[in-house]
Amino acid sequence: MLIAVLSCFILACFAPWLHRLGGRHSGWLLALLPATLFAYFASMLPTISQGQSLQFAYAWFPGMGIQLSFLVDGLSLLFALLITGIGFFILAYGGRYLEKHKDLGRFFVFLLGFMGSMLGVVLSDNLISLFVFWELTTVTSFMLIGFNHEQEDARKKAHQGLMITVMGGLALMTGFIMLGMAAGSYELSTILNSDGLTEHALYLPMLLLILLGAFTKSAQAPFHFWLPNAMAAPTPVSAYLHSATMVKAGVYLLARLNPGLGGTDTWLLMLTLFGALTMLTGIFLASRATGVKKVLAYSTVMALGTLTMLLGLGTETAALAAVTFLLAHALYKGALFMVAGILDHSAGVKDFTQAGGLRHSMPKTTVVAVLASLSLAGIIPLFGFVGKELLLEAVLSASKWHIGLTIATVIANILVVLVAAIVALQPWFGAVVETPKKPHDPDIALLIGPAVLATLGLVFGLMPFIADKGLLAAAAGAVYGQPVELYLALWHGINLPLMLSLSSLLLGLLLFKVWSGWRQLTNFMHSAEKIGPEVVYERLMLGMTQFAAWQTNTLQNGYLRNYLITTLGTVIIVVGWALLRVNQLELNISFQDMRVHEVAIAVLLIFSALIAVLVRSFLAAVAMLGALGFGVALLYVFFSAIDVGITQVLVETITVLLLVLVLYRLPEFRSLSSTANRIRDAIIAGMTGLLMTILILAITGARQLEGISDYFLQNSGPLGHGRNIVNVILVDFRALDTLGEIFVLALVAIGVYAMIHLRTGALPVTNSDRRAAFNLRRTQKDKAKADAKAEADASAVASKGEE
Amino acid sequence: MKPRRFNMRSLILNTGSSLLLPLLVLFSLFLLLRGHDEPGGGFIGGLVAAAAVALKLFAEDYKAARDMLRVHPLQLVGIGLVLAAVASLPPLFVGESFFTAQWWSLDLPIFGELKLSTPLLFDIGVFLGVIGTVLTVVFTLAEAEHS
Amino acid sequence: MTTLMAILIGTFYAAAIYMMLRRSVVKLVIGLILLSNAANLLIFTVAGMDRGIPPLIPKGELLIEGPAADPLAQAVILTSIVIGFGVLAFAVVLIHRACEVVQTDDMNEMKGTD
Repeated sequence: MLIAVLSCFILACFAPWLHRLGGRHSGWLLALLPATLFAYFASMLPTISQGQSLQFAYAWFPGMGIQLSFLVDGLSLLFALLITGIGFFILAYGGRYLEKHKDLGRFFVFLLGFMGSMLGVVLSDNLISLFVFWELTTVTSFMLIGFNHEQEDARKKAHQGLMITVMGGLALMTGFIMLGMAAGSYELSTILNSDGLTEHALYLPMLLLILLGAFTKSAQAPFHFWLPNAMAAPTPVSAYLHSATMVKAGVYLLARLNPGLGGTDTWLLMLTLFGALTMLTGIFLASRATGVKKVLAYSTVMALGTLTMLLGLGTETAALAAVTFLLAHALYKGALFMVAGILDHSAGVKDFTQAGGLRHSMPKTTVVAVLASLSLAGIIPLFGFVGKELLLEAVLSASKWHIGLTIATVIANILVVLVAAIVALQPWFGAVVETPKKPHDPDIALLIGPAVLATLGLVFGLMPFIADKGLLAAAAGAVYGQPVELYLALWHGINLPLMLSLSSLLLGLLLFKVWSGWRQLTNFMHSAEKIGPEVVYERLMLGMTQFAAWQTNTLQNGYLRNYLITTLGTVIIVVGWALLRVNQLELNISFQDMRVHEVAIAVLLIFSALIAVLVRSFLAAVAMLGALGFGVALLYVFFSAIDVGITQVLVETITVLLLVLVLYRLPEFRSLSSTANRIRDAIIAGMTGLLMTILILAITGARQLEGISDYFLQNSGPLGHGRNIVNVILVDFRALDTLGEIFVLALVAIGVYAMIHLRTGALPVTNSDRRAAFNLRRTQKDKAKADAKAEADASAVASKGEE
Repeated sequence: MKPRRFNMRSLILNTGSSLLLPLLVLFSLFLLLRGHDEPGGGFIGGLVAAAAVALKLFAEDYKAARDMLRVHPLQLVGIGLVLAAVASLPPLFVGESFFTAQWWSLDLPIFGELKLSTPLLFDIGVFLGVIGTVLTVVFTLAEAEHS
Repeated sequence: MTTLMAILIGTFYAAAIYMMLRRSVVKLVIGLILLSNAANLLIFTVAGMDRGIPPLIPKGELLIEGPAADPLAQAVILTSIVIGFGVLAFAVVLIHRACEVVQTDDMNEMKGTD
């Protein structure tokens, strides 16, 4: 099982080479994998159709209780077969469809990667691994929508799909974690069998979060707009991801969780409400659209809404209706999308109004299209009819709101018939319309997929017991939570659902007659779209970018001063607050144990630091710093740190030399800040200093832990063979640290060398030029400033200090 | 505003530095070698040596200091790093862990017992690294001034 | 003595921060030097000031008799002095170079100059 899922990813890694190897037939070559997997999953059918399930577990992060476990029951097997079965045709189809595309190899990578992820989603028994695979499908979907990444439009739409599904993914993860906490396990097989989940305190938040994840993925209103936009992807992708498989992941999740989380009023309300809303929105928009892929995409939205609604109802009939409808939809919609691709590929038709009379030049395609559309319209004896009858039956027998739901379903059905009629009739029959390309039937690679899928729709329609006994009963059982007693039949006799079906068929056909009139009638939607959810999304994204720009400009303002003030202000407040909260703050204040020479040095140091701050001449400041450094060295020596003292003296000498060398050529001190700023800075600096003083007093007053210094004192002689313990620590005990340190020094050396020697860009040619330019600029600026503020002293003092 | 020029040349400094220089270099080596037992060591020795060369730079000029050193200071940094890193390896050959100190003693006819060890090698690496870094900075700046 | 050291270090920190908040880059360098001195003294003081015996073992012995000063803190500070020097050297050259390119020492004007 693990191999089955991973094999897709492994093959994805090698796809570009295999593509080069396989040349024109690489699609067929790669399609061997889904074919094998299909056979593998089909071999499980006998076990599963008896209502049993199989489990496979592999340790993944044993420490965190996450294992890679797989569960195969009716529901997951149905999806696995769809994924691999349709995947087989899509790979063959895509290889031919994108034959001339330069990035076909990459297309295979993403498509196979998606196939593996999607298999992972439907087969995972563990919530965490399910989530990981779920996000992987999002990522591969993003890559595939933006496949033609040179087009800005494709990039934008890929981004939109990604943002919405990732947002839902985050909510889903939170919901999963809550679910795992509530159930005490992340294994789906355990969760679904545990009682009392619906009474748990976390039930409502986790349900809402999981629904948000499922709704965004399955394009439920008001998130439906990303799906039609995802049609920027190449048509094989639309057929596979955005119709037959990925968008159904949300539906799969709802179906999977139904036994555990379903059955409550909230579940019923949320799912039926949003499902019905999506169903109506989708089919209404589909009936108005004219683009081939748009129409199909919107009708997919409608199908997803219908499935959600059925899962919300949660009755036995509804469960069976859902899986039947799902299979029927996958078959006819997959076929229709591939037909749409053929229309584009062989005739250059992207819009239904551009085509007509193609049945003469594309007879085989016409047959396939009509067959699939009949299933879409739900006309006897196709499988779509079985699905639709069950749907109506389920809605009629709903425990709540059955009248409203029935009306909504019937309205949707009327429009579905209209859409099916458009797809089945518009391009193929009627007067011949000139198409951009010379129309012809495509070769076998393009045609076999839709042909097989459409034919299956007919086979299952005529003999529904094949599908039923084979898998659907087991799948419905998994959704319902216990075995279903119902069975599928083509003919239920003359009853209310049949009557509703027939009347919607008639009304739909009538509507087709006045299709263009219907489109004009509903033109008001143009203005409605201006306030639709897509506009809200755009606004939100724009707002987010603007907010990000604003906060970056505010926080990352480029002034070192402001960063320091923010950081130090935070430190002062947080640490100060913590110090105040400590009840027994013991400050270690004592003025005993001081010797005259030490006190003299310390006082001298305090003064030299203050003077270094206050002097106005640079050289004087450097002199003060030198004095300060030597004073500090003396302090080290007084307190028995001889090596440190010597190092300090040497470093201080070289530092002074450096400062004289470099800063000598830098300008003199200037008074740049205003008095108010000075006072503010002085307050911040003073408070930081005070805080440090208090901290030292508090630390030295606190109880000390046993240090590790004793070890060094004891072992330097015996182990280190050295009598200077500090040096033994540096070169022996902690040699790795010292090695790191000299690496830092080496970096400094290289950096300094590079900065001066590897100059680029236009600079003043000579030093004197450079200096002249510098001084000129400064004098001008100083003058302007002096004029403006009548502050003549600054530059005067500066130039005086220099002499 | 007149351009400020850096000039410390004087006869006293010049003569003094040529006397002091060999002494300072010897002293730095002394500090390095005795560092394991008495105050001193690679850092201190390196700083003294670097200061000695810098003195030459101030007393005479950049070129003189550069010639005295013969090699480019960045090369010293490199050699120092390699020596320090190599010092970590010998214990691996005798089955001890990385950076464990190894000691060997040699009996030489005139000098008596000579103790060789990986910490000493490491300290020499530090010594060279410090000289190299300080001199790279000083030379680079002096060169910028010089040109 | 610790109390006096605490006041000394506080003053160093205050002086360093004040200098770093100025607009002139030259003052920033002086602030950096003060800051690294303050940090070294901080470690030194917190490790416990000890006038006792330096951590040097007398000749011919293997151990120090009596309480010696903390050698670890000293090793840390020694390292930190040298690293501080390296950072300072780098900063000084960087500023030197920046002034040359941007032709100003006012950090307000350096802002946004790429």
